[in-house]
Amino acid sequence: MTTRLIYFAWVRERIGKPEEDVELPAGIETVADLLRWLKSRGEEYEHALQYPDVIRVAINQEHVEHREKIAGAREIALFPPMTGG
Amino acid sequence: MSGAPTVRIQREDFDIAAEIAKLTEGRADIGAVVSFSGLCRDEQGRLSALELEHYPGMAEAEIGRIAAEAVQRWPLQGLTVIHRHGKIAPGENIVLVVAASAHRQAAFEAANFLMDFLKSRAPFWKKEHRVDGSDGGWVEAKDADDQAAARWTQSQAD
Repeated sequence: MTTRLIYFAWVRERIGKPEEDVELPAGIETVADLLRWLKSRGEEYEHALQYPDVIRVAINQEHVEHREKIAGAREIALFPPMTGG
Repeated sequence: MSGAPTVRIQREDFDIAAEIAKLTEGRADIGAVVSFSGLCRDEQGRLSALELEHYPGMAEAEIGRIAAEAVQRWPLQGLTVIHRHGKIAPGENIVLVVAASAHRQAAFEAANFLMDFLKSRAPFWKKEHRVDGSDGGWVEAKDADDQAAARWTQSQAD
């Protein structure tokens, strides 16, 4: 299944693109698995996801924890802690 | 509260008086209106602008969820939240919360609650542009903002 990944702020700048569609390999079950896999895709990903603990994640536009399962996710967004308001 | 809270994400500025009037017009049951507006600071003359990036779709949805929770927790007669995005100059408005209620306490608390959660959960990110033309980088999230949001769940547990 194709999953759309969306990046914001410095995660977007470091990865070098605002979004991409990926085919997730078997065995990627949770958000933490996804971050680990993405990090291995090249140095721009390594740079963006160097400290995975600080990365915030939303699945289908709702905040989730890193232990959340990603089965059925159409859209997964990765971003730094928010600074609105 | 009759009707859903108003949530708007927009590039253009807002008119605070007009937004308050929209909540109170033609009503005699509102005894208190609290409005909070957040403005762009120049950081002692260093800053030429803030650039606000947001997650379209989720920004509306997340603020809508926070507003719906405020409506559950306090007896409100009206609630409006407007958050701007794009390039904002020092002195300009960034965010507006207007809470209307029969009595002041609910309006004060709901506006405060909205701002605490907007800061830590609404998907917006600020980038600084400096007067000298350099890129000041992304504003770092403050632990104090997370703590401010956490106190609303703690006080519920007490």
